[in-house]
Amino acid sequence: MSAARRLLGDTLIPAATLVGALVIWEGATRAFHIPRFIMPAPSAILGEGWEWRYRFIGHTWVTLYETLGGFALSIAVGVPLAILIVYSPLLRGALYPLIVLAQSVPKIAIAPVLLLILGYGEVPKMVVAFLVAFFPVVVDTATGLAATPPELLDLSRSYRASPFKTFLKVRLPMALPFIFAGAKVAITLAVIGAVVGEFVGSDKGLGYVILSSTSYWKTELAFSAMILLSLMAIVLFGAVSVIERIVCPWLSPEPES
Amino acid sequence: MIRLDGVEKTYRTRKGDLVHALAATTLTVEENEFVTLVGPSGCGKSTLLKLVAGLVPPTGGRIRIRDQLVREPFPDVGFVFQQPVLLPWRTVLDNVLFSIEMLGLDPRQHRKPAGDLLELTGLAGFETKYPRELSGGMQQRVAICRALLPDPSLLLMDEPFGALDAMTREEMSLELLRIWEERRKTILFVTHSIPEAILLADRVVVMSPRPGRISRVITVDLPRPRTVDLEFDPRFKAHSDEVRDLIFSGRRERT
Repeated sequence: MSAARRLLGDTLIPAATLVGALVIWEGATRAFHIPRFIMPAPSAILGEGWEWRYRFIGHTWVTLYETLGGFALSIAVGVPLAILIVYSPLLRGALYPLIVLAQSVPKIAIAPVLLLILGYGEVPKMVVAFLVAFFPVVVDTATGLAATPPELLDLSRSYRASPFKTFLKVRLPMALPFIFAGAKVAITLAVIGAVVGEFVGSDKGLGYVILSSTSYWKTELAFSAMILLSLMAIVLFGAVSVIERIVCPWLSPEPES
Repeated sequence: MIRLDGVEKTYRTRKGDLVHALAATTLTVEENEFVTLVGPSGCGKSTLLKLVAGLVPPTGGRIRIRDQLVREPFPDVGFVFQQPVLLPWRTVLDNVLFSIEMLGLDPRQHRKPAGDLLELTGLAGFETKYPRELSGGMQQRVAICRALLPDPSLLLMDEPFGALDAMTREEMSLELLRIWEERRKTILFVTHSIPEAILLADRVVVMSPRPGRISRVITVDLPRPRTVDLEFDPRFKAHSDEVRDLIFSGRRERT
């Protein structure tokens, strides 16, 4: 495919679709006189967002902070947990059912209890974000560690390398692509977890803005906060992808010659 | 160099069934001898290699290498598998040095010999490439260099050319012989291919399955250095007919 056609397919067509949808949306709200609190026009959402721009900085920061805290926890707990599960059949038997149980409990249902126990502030939101995000990290890391070709393990053993050396030089790097796949899912889930935590009880953050604005019928403000949340999730996902490319340069596809 | 005395291996499957992978086997391999193991799937060829390497313990009998009883992984061994299993995050040179690192030796002191090996296998100039930039045949050459770098006296090869196309396969066989002429060592080589087994070997060990056992050991009566033209030699044909008869008569017995 030529460069011009690729630009058309990858960029121009999706962009045109988006713009077209926004135009139809704007036109429909005006033509049918839809009330702002039911469905605000894109222009109203942007206008309201612009007016809130300074206040949004603080709220965005809080939600970002909670998200990153929860994500960091999910990696810090999820990866070692996966290592334990893979290396010890005993712990696998003991921990796996618990992890699956923790995953099957609806996090939105635990959130109020958690806030009751942990109180107000950012930490309980981080814990909710962590609970939502850690499962894919554990499962993907465990899958990655178990995916080492048995020949490589035989090879390491035939050289009498210690299990720790084999882990560091073979199994962990082999698992990195899997760990990053889990981390990419986890980062977007952590955003959801932080917002869920804020819904239950908070006085700052984008989730709080959505909840409070809807109770005052300020739907356009809720929409602006949602757009900020989506942008945050996209940027964070992109950041993890960039880190992956830096840490695992051998995974990025060859430039076509 | 290697002596197997009544070596047996029985596995227990996950369901609890016993599988007799290798029945009492006795075999002696001389120093610097090239021995190929040929036979159908399930004849215990790969099990035999793992037993010699000390990766799995035998359920009966004794394995000795240079009069030393093999009880644990034997470090003076190089392993080459059907898949190259290189580390994708390492360059060709660092993949070759992997064996040195795992042995706990200093890789910096082995860069020069690693480069020499790459040159010997026609990979000079590829040191800084990554495995994915290499063809299957070239990747397998890297795996062979990795196995050869610590200069083991015993090389165990488990269908090393089984995943390559027929043309590359023949080329690699001849190359292996050339390397072996230059750096003599004892080689145990597992294959499914009868011509490959005969072309390479001093002796061919023909094995049969259920339970895995040696049905005959054939001394190959062909001059070295070997060339592909030898396949038209009547002695080559006689050998391959003998091997084929052993393998297929075994199958007819059961049907």
